[in-house]
Amino acid sequence: MKKILNGLAAFGLVMAGALGAATAAEEAHNAAEPTHFPIMKPTQEKWSFSGPFGTYDRAQLQRGLKVYKEVCSACHSMDLVAFRTLADLGYSEEQVKAFAAEYEVEDGPNADGEMFTRKAGPNDHFPSPFPNEAAAAAANGGAAPPDMSLLAKARAVERGFPTFVFDIFTQYAEGGPDYIHALLTGYDHEPPAGMEVAEGTHYNPFFIAGKSLAMAKPISDGQVTYDDGSPETVDQYSRDVSAFLMWAAEPHLEARKQTGFSVMVFVLLFGALVYLTKRKVWSNVAH
Amino acid sequence: MSANDTIDPTRRDFLYVATGMAGVVGAAAVAWPFIDQMRPDASTLAASSIEVDVSSLTPGMSLTVKWRGKPVFIRNRTPEEIKSAQEVPLAELKDPVARNANLSGDAQATDIDRSAGDGKENWLVMVGVCTHLGCVPLGQQGDFGGWFCPCHGSHYDTAGRIRKGPAPENMAIPTFSFISDSTIRIG
Amino acid sequence: MSGGHSTYSPTTGIGRWMDARMPLPRLIHDSFISYPVPRNLNYAYTFGGILSLMLAAQIITGIVLAMHYVSDTTLAFQSVEKIMRDVNSGWLLRYMHANGASFFFIAVYIHIMRGLYYGSYKAPRELLWILGCIIYLLMMATGFMGYVLPWGQMSFWGATVITGFFTAIPLVGDWIQQLLLGGFAVDNPTLNRFFALHYLLPFMIAGVVVLHVWALHVVGQTNPTGIEVKSKTDVVAFTPYATIKDAFGMIVFVFVFAYFIFYIPNFLGHPDNYIQANSLKTPAHIVPEWYYLPFYAILRAITFNIGPIDSKLGGVIAMFGSIAVLFFVPWLDTSKVRSAVYRPWYKLFFWLFVANAIFLGWLGSRPAEGSYVIMAQFSTFYYFAFFLIIMPVLGLIETPRRMPNSITEAVLEKNKAGASVQPAGAAASPEVKG
Repeated sequence: MKKILNGLAAFGLVMAGALGAATAAEEAHNAAEPTHFPIMKPTQEKWSFSGPFGTYDRAQLQRGLKVYKEVCSACHSMDLVAFRTLADLGYSEEQVKAFAAEYEVEDGPNADGEMFTRKAGPNDHFPSPFPNEAAAAAANGGAAPPDMSLLAKARAVERGFPTFVFDIFTQYAEGGPDYIHALLTGYDHEPPAGMEVAEGTHYNPFFIAGKSLAMAKPISDGQVTYDDGSPETVDQYSRDVSAFLMWAAEPHLEARKQTGFSVMVFVLLFGALVYLTKRKVWSNVAH
Repeated sequence: MSANDTIDPTRRDFLYVATGMAGVVGAAAVAWPFIDQMRPDASTLAASSIEVDVSSLTPGMSLTVKWRGKPVFIRNRTPEEIKSAQEVPLAELKDPVARNANLSGDAQATDIDRSAGDGKENWLVMVGVCTHLGCVPLGQQGDFGGWFCPCHGSHYDTAGRIRKGPAPENMAIPTFSFISDSTIRIG
Repeated sequence: MSGGHSTYSPTTGIGRWMDARMPLPRLIHDSFISYPVPRNLNYAYTFGGILSLMLAAQIITGIVLAMHYVSDTTLAFQSVEKIMRDVNSGWLLRYMHANGASFFFIAVYIHIMRGLYYGSYKAPRELLWILGCIIYLLMMATGFMGYVLPWGQMSFWGATVITGFFTAIPLVGDWIQQLLLGGFAVDNPTLNRFFALHYLLPFMIAGVVVLHVWALHVVGQTNPTGIEVKSKTDVVAFTPYATIKDAFGMIVFVFVFAYFIFYIPNFLGHPDNYIQANSLKTPAHIVPEWYYLPFYAILRAITFNIGPIDSKLGGVIAMFGSIAVLFFVPWLDTSKVRSAVYRPWYKLFFWLFVANAIFLGWLGSRPAEGSYVIMAQFSTFYYFAFFLIIMPVLGLIETPRRMPNSITEAVLEKNKAGASVQPAGAAASPEVKG
C-alpha cells in the first residue's frame, strides 16, 4: 500500500509540474483579441436543486415559466417539453389545460385533407415560434435561436483542472444554469479598448463561443410582472428562467436524487454486511 | 469450516442470513425499473382523450376514429336498426351485460343502455374490436345486420351485441360524452 | 476445467441423472465452487468479477433501452429524450447505460494495469492476455458506436472524425470510409448499421469473455507474488473465499457507480451531446469520450511527416499501434520475474507509465495547439518506449529482489512482519477442496 502511495505521490508531482506549465501557456492571451471563450467564467450561484437533497422551488419555476413565455418564447422553441409536464411546477390539471389553450398548434389533416390549427391541449408540446429552422435563421440575422428544452444541460463552461476533480465531491452539476444566468446578466459589460465587435452582434464576456453573440440583451428590469412580490430585476428573472430551464432539461431531477439517497444507504448497509461476512469467511485463512 | 467451530454458530448464521436477505432485497429493487419501463409511458397515458365532430353523420352513416390505438365506431343508426335492436328479448342475448363504461358494471344490454342514452338512441359509440381475439369487424354485415368479424365468424347485431359465433362479450362501449350536439369526447 | 480432476459428486438422484447426460452442474461446480484460487489475491483481482457484472448490466440496460430507441436520424435524438422524460424509470436506465460505459472502462483499465503490474501476461498466460486485448478492442468499438446513437453533436462529429481515420490509408482509404458510412458522410445508413453492430458486439464480447475465463481456468490465476501455485496450502476454494471477496469488491464499485448515476450523471459526458446533430456546424472543440482520450492525444501528437508517411497516416498508425503493442507485451517483457513486487525499477517505470497515460488523457481533452502538442509528443514517446525499450531492456539488466519460495511462505512472512493475530495453525490448514 505504501508503495502505491509513493507511486501516486510521484505521479502527482509530475502532473502538477506539467499542468502548471500548461496553464501558464493558456493564460498568456491578449485582452482585446481573446482566443479562449468564455472570456469570463460564470460565477457559481446558489440553486435550490443543487446537492444531494436538492429540490426545485415550485414558485421559482412558475416565475421562470412566465419569463420564458413572455420573453424567450418569442424566438426560442422548447420542442421536447409537453404542457402536461407543467403539472410538475405545481399547477392543477385545469390550470395546465388553460395554459395550453393559450397556444395554437397545427393539426390535421381533417376529413377534407386540410391542415388546420386548433387550441393546444395538455399532450401537445410547446409550439415553435418559427415554422422551421430556416425561417428561424432568416428572421434572426442568420443565427437560429437554439431550442431551449435541453439548454441547461447543453451549455456548461469547462471547469479545468483541478476544479473538475473537486466537482465530483461537491456534486457540482449546475454549470448550465450558472452559464445562462451569467449570460443574461452579462450584457452590461463594456468591451475592452481595441476590441472589434462584429456588426449585428452584442458583446458579452460570458458567451461560450465567442466575444459577442447575435442575441441582443433580451430582458430588462420590470419587463415581466411577478405576482408573488419577487424583485422584478434582470438578476431575478435570470435566476428564475435558469431554474425553469434546468427543470425543462432534467424534469426527473428530484426523483433521481431521492432514489439516489435510498440506493446509497442500501448499498452502504449491504456493503457492511458483505464485508462482515467476508471477514468471517476469511477468518481462518491468513492472506 | 471445521477450524472455525469456536465462533458462536448462531451469530455467524445470522450474519449469513442477513447478508443473503439483503442481497435478495437488492436484486428485487434492481429488477423493478426493468419491469416498470414496460408500462405505457407518460405520453401514451396522456393521449387518452379525443374529441370528434359528428355533425356530418346523417342516419345510416358511420365514422371510424382511432382512440388509444384502436378503432372506435361511431354510428348514427337508422330507425329500422334501432327498432330491430329494441325488439330482441334479453333472454336471447349471448351476453346480457351492457359492457358500457358509462354505466355500472351490471347494467343490462338493452338497446338504450348500449346507445348514447335517452334522446340520443340513434348514436352508437363502441370500440370496434371483436371481443374474441381482437380483429376489427366489418360494418352492416352478418346475420343480424350489425357487424361481422371475418376472422372467426362472430356476428353482432345493430346494437353491437354478440349474437352468434365464438366471441364471448358485446363490443365494449368506451367512456364518452356529447360536449355539444355535434361533438363527442371519447375517453 | 481445473486440471481435469473434478471433485463434484452429485448427492441426489436427479443430480446423478443429469451428470450422466449433460454435466452442467459439474462444470459450474468445478469452475466457480471448487476452483482453487491463490490465497493471497488482493482487491485488484476482483476486477474480473466487476467487469462481468458491468458487461451483464450493460447488456440488460441496453436491451431495455433498445425497446424505446429509434435509429432514424430524424427521430433518434427525440427518442432518447422520450426515454429520459416519458418512459417509466427511463432516465434511470439511460443514465445507468451511459455511465455504465464509463465505469466499464474504469474497471477494464484497472484490470489491465493489474495485469501489467503483476506480470499476468507472462507464460503460460499469453493467450489469456491476448484474449483480454481482443475484448478491449471490441469494447472500444462498442463504446464508440453506442456514443453515436443519441445523435447529438458529439455523436455525429465523433463518428465523422473516427471514420475519417480510414481515409488516411493510401489508395483504398476513401473506399473503406464509404463502406463504413454507407454514404459520403455520416447519415441515416451509418446510424442504422451502428445500432445493429452496437447490439451485436456485446454478445461477441460475452463470447470472448467465455474463452478468456476458460483460458484462465486452465492456467490458473496469478497472484501478487507471481509465484505459481505449488501446494494445496497455497490456494483456497473459489467459493466461498473468492466469491465473497469479489462480492465486496463489486459493492464498493457499485457504490461509486451509483453516486455518479444519481448525483452527477452528466459529469462524464459532454454538454454538446445534448444538442441535436447538425451536419453543417462543427462544435468548436471535438473530444471523444474520456476513455479514448489518451489514444486521441497520440493521434494528434504526430504532426510531422516520417519519410514517406504523412502526418495524418502517421497519427493513425501511432494510435492503432498504441493498442496493437499490447498484444506483444508477453514477448516484449524479457524478465524472468513475473511480479513488479520484486522488480524495483520496473515498478517505478510502471507507475510513470500510469501517470503518463492519465496525462495523455488530459492532453487529449486540450486543444491541439502550442505546448500541448509538444507535451503530447513527449508523452507518446514514453508510452511506446515503456513497451518497446524499457520492458525488453529492463528484463535483462534489472536485479530482482529476493523472492519467497511459495505463496504460503510469502503470506506467513507478511503476517509476521505485520504482527498479525492469525494463529499459525489455522493459517496452515485452510480447507481446500480442489
